[in-house]
Amino acid sequence: MTPTRRRRLAMISLILGAVVIAAVITVRALQENVTYLYSPSEVHEGHVAKDARFRLGGVVEEHSIQRAGDSLKVDFVVTDRFQTIPVEYTGILPDLFREGQSIVATGAMNGGRFVASEVLAKHDETYMPKEVADAIAKAKALKSRDSGDGIGDSVKK
Amino acid sequence: MIPELGQLALILALLLAAAQCILPLIGAQRGNRALIAVARPAVAGQAVFVALAFAILTYAFVTQDFSVKYVALNSNHLLPWYYRFSAVWGAHEGSLLLWVLILNVWTVAVAAFSHRLPDDFIARVLAVLGFISFGFLLFTVLTSNPFERALPMPFDGNDLNPVLQDPGLIMHPPMLYMGYVGFSVAFSFALAALIGGELDVRWVRWARPWTNIAWAFLTLGIALGSWWAYYELGWGGWWFWDPVENASFMPWLIGTALIHSQAVTEKRGSFRAWTLLLAIFAFSLSLLGTFLVRSGVLTSVHSFASDPTRGLFILGFLTLVIGGSLAIFAARAPKVSGGEPFAAASRETLLLINNLLFAGAAAMVLTATLYPLLGEALNLGRISIGPPYYGLRFVMFMAPVVLLMPFGPFLRWRSGDWRAALRSLMPALIGAVALAIVAAVIARIVADGLPFKAIVGAAASIWVGLGIGLYALSRLRTAPPGRRYTPEMLGMILAHFGVAIFVAGVLIVEATNIEKDIKLAPNETVEIGGLAFRFDGVKSAAGPNFKADQGTLTVLKGDAVVATLNPQKRQYSRGTQVQTESAIDPGLFRDIYVALGEPIGTDGAWAVRIYVKPFVRWIWLGALFMMLGGFVAAADRRFRALPAAKRETERALMTPARAQV
Repeated sequence: MTPTRRRRLAMISLILGAVVIAAVITVRALQENVTYLYSPSEVHEGHVAKDARFRLGGVVEEHSIQRAGDSLKVDFVVTDRFQTIPVEYTGILPDLFREGQSIVATGAMNGGRFVASEVLAKHDETYMPKEVADAIAKAKALKSRDSGDGIGDSVKK
Repeated sequence: MIPELGQLALILALLLAAAQCILPLIGAQRGNRALIAVARPAVAGQAVFVALAFAILTYAFVTQDFSVKYVALNSNHLLPWYYRFSAVWGAHEGSLLLWVLILNVWTVAVAAFSHRLPDDFIARVLAVLGFISFGFLLFTVLTSNPFERALPMPFDGNDLNPVLQDPGLIMHPPMLYMGYVGFSVAFSFALAALIGGELDVRWVRWARPWTNIAWAFLTLGIALGSWWAYYELGWGGWWFWDPVENASFMPWLIGTALIHSQAVTEKRGSFRAWTLLLAIFAFSLSLLGTFLVRSGVLTSVHSFASDPTRGLFILGFLTLVIGGSLAIFAARAPKVSGGEPFAAASRETLLLINNLLFAGAAAMVLTATLYPLLGEALNLGRISIGPPYYGLRFVMFMAPVVLLMPFGPFLRWRSGDWRAALRSLMPALIGAVALAIVAAVIARIVADGLPFKAIVGAAASIWVGLGIGLYALSRLRTAPPGRRYTPEMLGMILAHFGVAIFVAGVLIVEATNIEKDIKLAPNETVEIGGLAFRFDGVKSAAGPNFKADQGTLTVLKGDAVVATLNPQKRQYSRGTQVQTESAIDPGLFRDIYVALGEPIGTDGAWAVRIYVKPFVRWIWLGALFMMLGGFVAAADRRFRALPAAKRETERALMTPARAQV
């Protein structure tokens, strides 16, 4: 091996090493900062670690919104048409928040309830966020696998 | 009939774009003058047809031609006339047409102002611009025809998305696109140099103002978007690290690195390959931004126009442009690289650090923006990266930038003196530290103390602002009259001063703003941040195409009325969507921001959002200074006047300015 080649090899290994280290650090940092999105069915199946913060995606169930008369507390139920999770939130909800609207709420489970610190509804009223659509499709797949029938009504707790 | 003419104009523009791309390129490779001469007429012809198509679509909106599907979907007969113009780019098809129109504006400008450059070089530049235009026109014609008819013709249109019915949104997309698309000039310039296998420093000088102008427009576009999100989305935030915001921010970060590295390449001949690479990245990220926004591939609060099949086309085009340009770079970069040596203590070193930090920040934003996509592709579940991730890391990249920025102008090219620079900057350092101590002490005495972040923000702002002020002063003292402030230098001073204002705004508002969501009954008063807010109830109000619940809040300080604010909850005539309109009492040192939530109970009480935001305007004011700096620097005559041939050859002998193959 000529000195030039040796130098080049050393250079390339150094660069490769630096890239690998940078990639590992980046992925670790990202991994520590992600929040996962789950559907109510996944929550019921025990996918969520206890006390973990996560995002709950689904549709606000019809006739489930209840506002407290004296504070900003709101209770509602999020469903993926198979399972439901009761949610509580204190604060002002986004403009597009409505019964039947798909939403993504961030927070954690407390007992059987999801306590949300942030609720997002999307800008466009006809648009269902891809992640919510996915969550519902996934719940559908779970349901058909478990019970054998393809389509079912929403299953209440 | 007229919309079909628009379609025809688009197809003719497409064909001319193909001619503009292929013929001059062949001409430049073979030295064929006739083919090279095709470039400029093709540019003019294409621009005429694109402008015609755009005018026809605008006409369809203004005359409310609901037989055109795009018009029917994004307008209705109640839409005020001024929004009929901005509705043209309110959704996918029209905003794409706007993109192409702006690309043509840039191309025509390049063709018009480049007569002093060698013909074969400019032929290659225009060919690359023609290729980009061809790709976008093909995309428009094949997948996103804005002139498609709606049959049977609907009686009325669907209305423009209410969040887009706002003055801030009239100008936001055109300014943003001016920036995005403006980087295509630096990009095509870089590719032309690489294809030709030759990089003349004079060409870099010619390219600099174009990059500066594009960067200035992008700065303005991002600032407008941030300002719009602040008052229109009703959350009072000014930056969310949302994927679509990131999409516009990444080209800005790389563009910032690019304008600094272009300065080095032009003045010292160094960083040649790096400058070319940055030019490729800046435009590639602009394309990626278009892809991210237009394909709906990311879940984002901005998903106005989403269609995965279109995404596939853009992805293909993106791969072709980025992959192709990087391949050309890999093959040709060694031929154009080279440059002057410089010492560790020199302006080059500082600008190199600047470039590494900005490129690093852009890489950080890019990985975090794309990570959820990767996670989904690899079946790791649906994940998202929250703002804290970005916030912390971005500060890590930018803190050294702020710390080192004042040194830049005080260090000489090639070999400078750190100590002399620090001596010159001593007043700024003392000022910053003194202000921090005084602010902390005063705040401790009169209140519970200021948050650490606000003190750091004020000190950093003084450091940068005084630092650049000292440099302006030293020019006044030492430079001969008439040569004290060239526009290029003045632009730098203004932009860096903008950074000082921006830093103060960001850190102070983040540290001290007060946000309260509360229930208020009529005539109830609440104390927030030393101000009394009296809720005077909610009444009905109406606009041209909406009805609204309008609240009244009177803000009092002692007995004096500070402001009367009327936030609204609007219900537009079409659709069921409700739109919150916040009400703001703006001020240089604080904004009072109120928005309505929902009615609570039956006694007329409402949920009300009340924010007091100190110094929030400084964020956009700083951005405006940066923008102004970009424009002023671009106006320098030095970039336009090519020096006499003799002096240039002398320079070329002294420094290997022209790296021949």
